[in-house]
Amino acid sequence: MSSRFLRALALSTAAAGLAACSVVGAGAKPQAATDVVLVTHDSFVLPKPLIRQFEDQSGYHLVVRASGDGGTLTNKLVLSQGNPIGDVAFGVDNTFATRALDADVFAPYDVALPPGASRYVLPGDDHRLTPVDNGNVCVNVDTTWFAAHDLAAPRSLGDLVKPAYKGLLAVPGATTSSTGLAFLLGTIGRYGNDWPAYWQELLANDALVTDGWSQAYETDFTQGGGHGDRPIVVSYDSSPADTVPKGSSTSSTRALLDTCFRQVEYAGVLTGAANVKGAQAFVDFLLSPDVQKALPESMYVFPVRSGTPLPPTWAKFAVQPRHPFSVSPARISQDRDAWLRQWSDLVSR
Amino acid sequence: MTTPPALQVSSLSVSYDGVPAVAEVSLDVADGQVLAVLGPSGCGKSTLLRAIAGLEQASGSVSWHGGDVSRTPTHKRGFALMFQDGQLFPQLTVAGNVGYPLRIRRAPGRAVRVAELLDLVGLSDLAERYPATLSGGERQRVALARALAASPRLLLLDEPLSALDAGLRERLAEDLRRILLAAGTTAVMVTHDHDEAFTVADALAVMREGRIVQTGAIGEVWRAPVDADTALFLGYARVLAGAAAERVLAAAGLPAAAEVALRRSALAVSDRGQIAGAVLSVRATPEQVRLVCRTEFGDVDAVASLDHRPAPGDPVHLRVDASRLAPLGTRSVEGRASADRP
Amino acid sequence: MTRSSAGRLAAVAAAAAIPLLVLGIFFLLPVGGMISRGFVPHGRLDAGGAVAVLGRPEIRRAIWFTVWSSLAGTSLSLLLGLPAAHVLHRLDFWGRTWLRALLVVPFVLPTVVVGVAFELLIGESGPLGGLGLDGTPAAIVAGLVFFNASVVIRVVGGAWESLDPRPAEAAAALGASPLRVFRDVTFPALRPAVVSAATVVFLFCATAFGIVLTLGGLRYSSVETQIYLLTNTLLDLQAAAALSILQLLVVIGLLVGAARARRTPDGSVARTQVRLRRPSAADLPALLGTGVLLVLVVAPLTGLVVGSLRVDGAWSVANYRALQTPGSHQALLVPVTTALVNSLRIAVDATWMSLLLGLSVATVVTRRSRGRGERRLRSVLDGLFMLPLGVSAVTLGFGFLITLGRPPLDLRDSPLLIPVAQALVALPLVVRVLVPVLQGVDDRLRQAAATLGASPFRAMLVVDLPVIWKPLLAAAGFAFACSLGEFGATSFLVRDDRPTLPVVIFRLLSHPGDLNYGMALAGAVVLGVSTALVMLVVERLRVPSVGTF
Repeated sequence: MSSRFLRALALSTAAAGLAACSVVGAGAKPQAATDVVLVTHDSFVLPKPLIRQFEDQSGYHLVVRASGDGGTLTNKLVLSQGNPIGDVAFGVDNTFATRALDADVFAPYDVALPPGASRYVLPGDDHRLTPVDNGNVCVNVDTTWFAAHDLAAPRSLGDLVKPAYKGLLAVPGATTSSTGLAFLLGTIGRYGNDWPAYWQELLANDALVTDGWSQAYETDFTQGGGHGDRPIVVSYDSSPADTVPKGSSTSSTRALLDTCFRQVEYAGVLTGAANVKGAQAFVDFLLSPDVQKALPESMYVFPVRSGTPLPPTWAKFAVQPRHPFSVSPARISQDRDAWLRQWSDLVSR
Repeated sequence: MTTPPALQVSSLSVSYDGVPAVAEVSLDVADGQVLAVLGPSGCGKSTLLRAIAGLEQASGSVSWHGGDVSRTPTHKRGFALMFQDGQLFPQLTVAGNVGYPLRIRRAPGRAVRVAELLDLVGLSDLAERYPATLSGGERQRVALARALAASPRLLLLDEPLSALDAGLRERLAEDLRRILLAAGTTAVMVTHDHDEAFTVADALAVMREGRIVQTGAIGEVWRAPVDADTALFLGYARVLAGAAAERVLAAAGLPAAAEVALRRSALAVSDRGQIAGAVLSVRATPEQVRLVCRTEFGDVDAVASLDHRPAPGDPVHLRVDASRLAPLGTRSVEGRASADRP
Repeated sequence: MTRSSAGRLAAVAAAAAIPLLVLGIFFLLPVGGMISRGFVPHGRLDAGGAVAVLGRPEIRRAIWFTVWSSLAGTSLSLLLGLPAAHVLHRLDFWGRTWLRALLVVPFVLPTVVVGVAFELLIGESGPLGGLGLDGTPAAIVAGLVFFNASVVIRVVGGAWESLDPRPAEAAAALGASPLRVFRDVTFPALRPAVVSAATVVFLFCATAFGIVLTLGGLRYSSVETQIYLLTNTLLDLQAAAALSILQLLVVIGLLVGAARARRTPDGSVARTQVRLRRPSAADLPALLGTGVLLVLVVAPLTGLVVGSLRVDGAWSVANYRALQTPGSHQALLVPVTTALVNSLRIAVDATWMSLLLGLSVATVVTRRSRGRGERRLRSVLDGLFMLPLGVSAVTLGFGFLITLGRPPLDLRDSPLLIPVAQALVALPLVVRVLVPVLQGVDDRLRQAAATLGASPFRAMLVVDLPVIWKPLLAAAGFAFACSLGEFGATSFLVRDDRPTLPVVIFRLLSHPGDLNYGMALAGAVVLGVSTALVMLVVERLRVPSVGTF
């Protein structure tokens, strides 16, 4: 046999092998009547046993379509309004909720809210968005770093523009990250119309603006995975619970509770959903005690149901601010895009 | 002590992936001399030429008038190389191609020199044409003019005529000789065609399997090829050995040798011939009749005049022409032979 | 036999029907959908409003930044890529094939990973942090060169490899210095390839998104980041459409200009098998350039590998072992290894799709034209399939959503959408690899086969296949690697339970925890190694010439 023939044989065998790998065979199945399609952002996670429990109890099969962040999710819903890509959405937050509501993306569902949840309802909403979780975007500091450098850690937003903290802050961008947008709204809540001046000072003080939260926290923050060299970072009130060194009883970071902006994530039934009943069942499920209890470990957020037990490290290290800054939904709805433009302009100047 | 030769190549070797293409080649070329390196295709003669030009990584040395140029890059050697297919620059006109070496040197009076060179190669009226529109012969003339424009110390010609058809080749070979003489250029030409070599060159180096097997003045090599293969390559029709060689040499009145190479016309039908034989086959050409005859020592080629036309089976006598045969193995193989101009 | 010119035009169109249909459904329709939404904001055409967007100061700044950073990135990629193309494709030295495979790796790394790799290096705490490059335009341009030098190497190197060396030797033998030989002989012969490479690199630079955001720290906005911002954050579709149109116009202009510029006076550049030679002193400048590029490529990659092997300040392979898990805090729904398998399977589909489409397009484009109209039609087709290079992934992603959601084109949930989108991204590369090869096939050979009684299909088997099968495999390698690394469009379409490796890496990076971070680095290394392996296999096939753009 010639080597050419052998080579051809090897090639065709390889081709056949590759063809077996193809996903073409695994075609799209049309949505079955028992399917509930959840559209969400890519941070959505729940323990598998819980999902199974939902499917067993409700008789529905959950299909998850997750991609992008909260902003992308909202825009996807807006663009596919009337011909939704699923039945139920989770993950639209209070920074983008008005855009979705204005576009009539969600259908009303008068859910029975669990105790304590009503204070998270979006003001002015008529039973379309159901609050599921909340968390605060706060400035975090590396306490070990400040101790080692014999420097008092900052306490407020105003401290961040002081020369002592020059070049120490990493902040995710408001236009590319929902964390960043929440922080921007926090500064607007604190400084009102003077926020551009504050940001100018912040940038002049060598604040590092990064693409996303991960870069700020994981790459540039001294306590992140990449062990960067900025000891101040914009993250969450729950972040300190993840920086407890093995065998230690204290966290190496602390959230500054006077710098926070509260994010609330909502779920809702989509207008034009194929499986409305299933969608409603899933919203109910998200509010159930089991899911509410799993939220901190799964998605780093606090439950909205009061009395839900928190994991031990959370109970100890994840402290929620009493009085986070806030901006009214109407104002966010009206000015968000102008603020983002202005912010983008400031940063890229 | 004589002055060193113009080009001196010593123990030059080139190998590809450990396989030698040129092995320990040594050559001398005198000023103004044209040396032809003759050999079958694949014998390494083109590689040798490229190594002399500095285009191949080689061991050994290449000297010019005693100065070693082995480490000198191609463009500083002053050796121009003319390729088998000319390698004209397609984006330049004929005049542009010929003027290229002058432009590199920023030589004054470029237009005049280009016109002279085109005149020399007989292409004055094609100056503004592009290479793509030229015939093969015209292209080679342009390539020659371009190579000469570089005023090379040494001109290297790689099978300059072999891409052309037979008639054109013959004419161009004569032109080439004339042009080289007129320019007084020292040159090394590589070819596989002995006629071409004879027409153009003064001296000959025969190359086989990467080695030079014989060098000398062109007539000298031609008269006394070093061995049977060389003789056959130089156009001898047949090589006889042993008793046959002895008989033929004796008949020619020459001393005995182990082998003798015969040209086609070395044996002619003649009543006074000393060798008897019988005609095996007959073939007529416009000038003579070609025969194959059986003799007591074997079959040989012979010729007869047209008016004397034997038929197969006829008995004939053959006369030996001593000037048309060459006894082999009478001179040493090695040795740096150079020939002066005739 | 003669056919009317209209008949021939129809035949050309018919042969291109399938690729056109795919391009139409999966590219023109979605992009057109997004753009028309922008131009018809409230049911009324408002083109003026869209055009006025271009006058905004921040948009003008973005356009200016895009132009100069892309020019800088392209020039530097050429400056470092050309010597490397010479060294890697003309010189013979140990480890050449490995080096070639290594230098292609950056091209397929997702930008998130490149961002991390550069941050590890030039970030404030990195070994080069002292240079203060982080967040500067210099870092962005370095990132662009890191990505695109490999394009120059492959495109120009492919042409260089088979370039007949004799014209250059002839010039040298006439007294031309190496620099002069390059200027007078080598460069003119390489010009089509260089122009093609420069065009594609410029497109890649101008549409670079992640690099500008990650390495520029949002301080620099380009047209592409503006489109992202306008679409994904502000949902200002009108402005986004205006910018997309601008982008498309520039791309078309560039393609037309490139097609002109790569036309040589003598189209038939001789192609031969060239014996590689050992490096000599004259190659020193080229070797030096290659060395600089090597440092630029190897340093961030090394940082990545080292980072992936460090756990709690000690050496460990724990990050790699963890790839079999879904990460800490359930960062993922599936283990990273499963994502790798998904990536490979999707890449297989994307590869055969892009080969099938690319082969049809290349065949149509290279057949001899009769008459001007036909020639023009063929060159329009040629350019049309290059367009996906010049459109934002975010435009395409949202476009899929709004145009492919209703029967008969209810495709937005189809698992085929990802490989199709990736195939469209790889298609220009595939076409560019195949076109020069098919162009080199003498049409008379096909005619000879036909006179011997071969059907057109048989003639193709006999005449084209022997010439094209190696380049086809090379194109397959390219498409496969492209698909493995594709992030932009994929991240829009991917399903969480069936993620690809780049998507998983991105997710791991956006979840807190040292383990997730380490796993992301390990995953990136795995992705890079997989790509390099594919490229090594392609190298082993010793494809003599890998195309021009």
